[in-house]
Amino acid sequence: MSVHELSASELIAQLNAGEITSTELTRACLDRIERYDDRVQAFLQVGAESALEQAQAIDQKRKQKQPVGPLAGLPVGIKDLLCTQGVVTTCGSKMLEHFRPPYDATVIARLKQADAVLLGRLNLDEFAMGGSCENSAYFPTRNPWDLERIPGGSSGGSAAAVAAGMLPLTLGTDTGGSIRLPAGLCGVTGLKPSYGRVSRYGLVAFASSLDQIGPFGQTAEDCALALEVIAGHDPHDSTSVAQPVPAYRAALRQPLEGLRLGIVREHFGEGLDAEVEKAVREALRVYESLGAKLVDISLPHAKYGVAVYYLIAPCEASSNLARYDGAHYGHRTDEKAMHKQLAEERAVLQAAGNERGLGQLDSALVRMYRASRAEGFGAEVKRRIMLGTYALSAGYYDAYYLKALRVRRLIRQDFDEAFRQVDLIAGPVSAAPAFRIGEKADDPLSMYLVDLYTVSANLAGIAGISVPCGISQSGLPIGLQLQAPAFGEEKLLAGAHLYQQATDWHRRRPQLP
Amino acid sequence: MSETSYDIVIGLEIHVQLLTASKLFCGCSTKFGAPPNTQTCPVCTGMPGSLPVMNRRAFELGLRTALALNCQIAPFTKWDRKNYYYPDLPKGYQISQFDLPFSSEGWLEISDPKGKIEPRRIGIIRAHLEEDAGKSMHDEAAGQADSRIDLNRTGTPLLEIVSKPDMRSPAEAKAFLTELKLLLTYLEVSDCNMQEGSLRVDANVNLHIPTPDGKIATPIVEIKNMNSFRAVERALTYEAARQYEVWQETGQKIGDIPKQTRGWDDVANITRGQRHKEESSDYRYFPDPDLVPVTVTEATVADARAALGELPAALRTRLEATFGLTPYDSDVIVNQGKRGVEYFLELATHSGDGKLASNWFQQDVLRTLTEQKIEIDQFGLRPERLAGLLQKVRGKEIDTSRAREVFAAMATSQKSAAEVMAELGIVQVDESQLVELCRELLAANPKIVADIKEGRGKAAGALIGQAKKKNPNVNPGRLMEICLELAQGM
Amino acid sequence: MGLTRDEVEKVSLLARLQFTPAELERLTEQLGQIVDYVQLLAELDTTHVEPMAHPVDIANVFRPDEVRPSLPRDEVLANAPHHDQECYLVPAVLGD
Repeated sequence: MSVHELSASELIAQLNAGEITSTELTRACLDRIERYDDRVQAFLQVGAESALEQAQAIDQKRKQKQPVGPLAGLPVGIKDLLCTQGVVTTCGSKMLEHFRPPYDATVIARLKQADAVLLGRLNLDEFAMGGSCENSAYFPTRNPWDLERIPGGSSGGSAAAVAAGMLPLTLGTDTGGSIRLPAGLCGVTGLKPSYGRVSRYGLVAFASSLDQIGPFGQTAEDCALALEVIAGHDPHDSTSVAQPVPAYRAALRQPLEGLRLGIVREHFGEGLDAEVEKAVREALRVYESLGAKLVDISLPHAKYGVAVYYLIAPCEASSNLARYDGAHYGHRTDEKAMHKQLAEERAVLQAAGNERGLGQLDSALVRMYRASRAEGFGAEVKRRIMLGTYALSAGYYDAYYLKALRVRRLIRQDFDEAFRQVDLIAGPVSAAPAFRIGEKADDPLSMYLVDLYTVSANLAGIAGISVPCGISQSGLPIGLQLQAPAFGEEKLLAGAHLYQQATDWHRRRPQLP
Repeated sequence: MSETSYDIVIGLEIHVQLLTASKLFCGCSTKFGAPPNTQTCPVCTGMPGSLPVMNRRAFELGLRTALALNCQIAPFTKWDRKNYYYPDLPKGYQISQFDLPFSSEGWLEISDPKGKIEPRRIGIIRAHLEEDAGKSMHDEAAGQADSRIDLNRTGTPLLEIVSKPDMRSPAEAKAFLTELKLLLTYLEVSDCNMQEGSLRVDANVNLHIPTPDGKIATPIVEIKNMNSFRAVERALTYEAARQYEVWQETGQKIGDIPKQTRGWDDVANITRGQRHKEESSDYRYFPDPDLVPVTVTEATVADARAALGELPAALRTRLEATFGLTPYDSDVIVNQGKRGVEYFLELATHSGDGKLASNWFQQDVLRTLTEQKIEIDQFGLRPERLAGLLQKVRGKEIDTSRAREVFAAMATSQKSAAEVMAELGIVQVDESQLVELCRELLAANPKIVADIKEGRGKAAGALIGQAKKKNPNVNPGRLMEICLELAQGM
Repeated sequence: MGLTRDEVEKVSLLARLQFTPAELERLTEQLGQIVDYVQLLAELDTTHVEPMAHPVDIANVFRPDEVRPSLPRDEVLANAPHHDQECYLVPAVLGD
């Protein structure tokens, strides 16, 4: 096997055994990026020089028999939403085209400490808002299995880079499915940890009560490896939970006899693609054959998940994104042109004797805000800011935001109830394999419904993982989603690992032209 | 109608900067006066990805204040975002408390030692924690096109205290503020420096006017930009008169027009209408998902209450009860702050005479502090030593005017009263010596003797000066007594 | 129930966004569809359900009151679109 087919865990073993150097591995990744990324377009930025420098430094460390970290020499890609000191962090937005954070996100600091080689910034839907990666302000990333199709989103670049063998390990973020969905559509393994498991410090917020950082790799073992590095309490994040970080890799081998797997009745209803259903049911049979017990369960409020999500997330986002106003960082409109425009508007109103219009005319400051934001944000981001602003505004708060918070609890209670009966919940990640680029561009609501199977985990704060479980007739990957109670990552990863020991879907790679 | 034919209704909103070393949500210093934008970090500048973590001390200081204001402490409190755009607010929202403040329903008693105000309780609606905004500076005179933004102050912990509209005169508002400031100083929760912005006051005011059709209320006006308690008093006085005039002209009642904000112009002595905000204030409050709630147990409240110490109102009562001081005197002493009171208490205890201690403290000690522009802590004449002098005054070993000389010498040295007295040659004059001296004086001043005999005893006062020349140690009081007695017998 | 164009325009000021008339038209329609969809929640009786703002049940997270180094000013201002030696610059803030 060539290095781009090996999993992160296998590569770490080779690096540690001295069978390959980090410099060789990093070069191999860079070569592959060079060769394929003009078509896949997973990367917003490739830091070849700095990556090679890091790789050489780690090779040097190994040579000198100095102790090295658990990811020593492994190239890792970062969703361009995680602040990295001195490195442009665009969030897929024109707004932050030139933004260089003066600090490292906690996960970045931990990766550095683990001696990972930070190689490149991965594309995403602008500010992580989207399920297709089409909302990047720069370019859409393409699905390596079919370049006419979306890789899923918002962490589309992170999934595509692993699927295309350009990187063994990447980080993404998941607010309503943004790791699990692209992992499923790209045929890789993607983990959304429980809320509070990984520090959000330095993760540019979309919806703070839902966002969580997680890894993409080829296998559950890769995710376990990464989670051991990035998980843990952080005094800079009030919502990070002070619970010890288990040895996730060791836990992969825990015996799972009698594993109780919950099958959600509501997940197999109308709208589920027949091929997806077939693949998922086949996966469930595999589990049964491995000794798992399938339990029929109900999540009666699951159908409200998308509605709840599309209230809570935009409300939080409308506030989180208020800071991008052109005053302190980010894009500011051309002030000369703005003043000229305002003067013209004023003149027109004055000539018409329109007192009311004059009274309503923006001040220069307000116009600066409005113009900067109108220019800096893309359509989807503006749509969600508008939705959230509306839902929080006077007279609507109770009916929308507060109502959503109440139903959120019902969704959480469904899970609590379910996890009294089962260890894990299994089902589809998405209703269908990857759709064509542009297919849903004009229909935000149908785009939102793509998140149907994934949003509930974010609302409830539980963990979820997407593992490859099939290939459609048209050659597109299909994902299986496993979900575990909050802080149940050990069993979740072990459950996924069990499946991957018995199947080879996660070994399938796209044929890149 | 006369001016007193309406009630002035005043409520106050006070923002107090809490005395923490670091900001509310990050480790940046809160020190005043640093060069612009040198006390900021990713958190307080609202950099993408940054997150707030609550300062424990800020919460504790808030709790302490709320308890001293007799507030109810909520067992569960949370943090909310108040969303609005302003360049001194880099996140686009202020972290504050909306529907579940950590404290509510308290009161503060105000009184006036001069008796102009009936002692009464002013209600406190709530006290909550929030973060301060930065500063925007605009120099229109210099023809500057841009405003300059300094974010040093951004994120400084503030306690917002909202009173009920319980005050009925500008003087009461001032008394409330004075008492509140004193309380905050005792609690050591804020330095209350209005010049540096650590205490800011906004006032809501309107009038209740009796009319033949019943009592009507004028539209509520919020007054800002008052930079001293005196300014608050003057602004409220002006505003009441202005509202009455406007009512007479327009008959406008509350609800007829939107709430107005007016700024106090301290030079012109008027309030001016301020430009309305760009839009109706719709702050879209919602719980801040980046911060977790705070729960306060009864034990925590009990501990905090126990640690409050003796507060001004209780201290005044104690001084009056223990030492027989007048309300006026106890007020002056308590107003000197904790250290001042401690000084007085030691002085009173060691000298064994509270009233005497009160006189010396108010007149001599405080005057010296003012002259030397120092705080009581820096005053070298500590109370035990001063008490030695007071004991001699009490024992009539020395008269007051000579005692002042001794005081002055003691204040600039480490000597005891006895030592200074010895140096100055102050010794008690023997009674027989004193009688002899009086005889001499009376013999030399027959006119005075005659006056005394005719009942003008005061005439004897003229002898004191002469006596002092002959012997500076004579006690004027005793001298007078002897002279009067002797003169009667002449 | 949907939204009116006027409402959307009002919200656009509140959100400090601006749209062309054509954009406003489309946005009114799209937001209307989404708002109609989320009406789905109205069918649930949630009278006795506590709102859930946080997915984790933790409370009382504090940091000690310790001063940490601030950022050097040039690093703070490095990302500012417009600044002088000391301060951020923005179009004149008037009134207030």
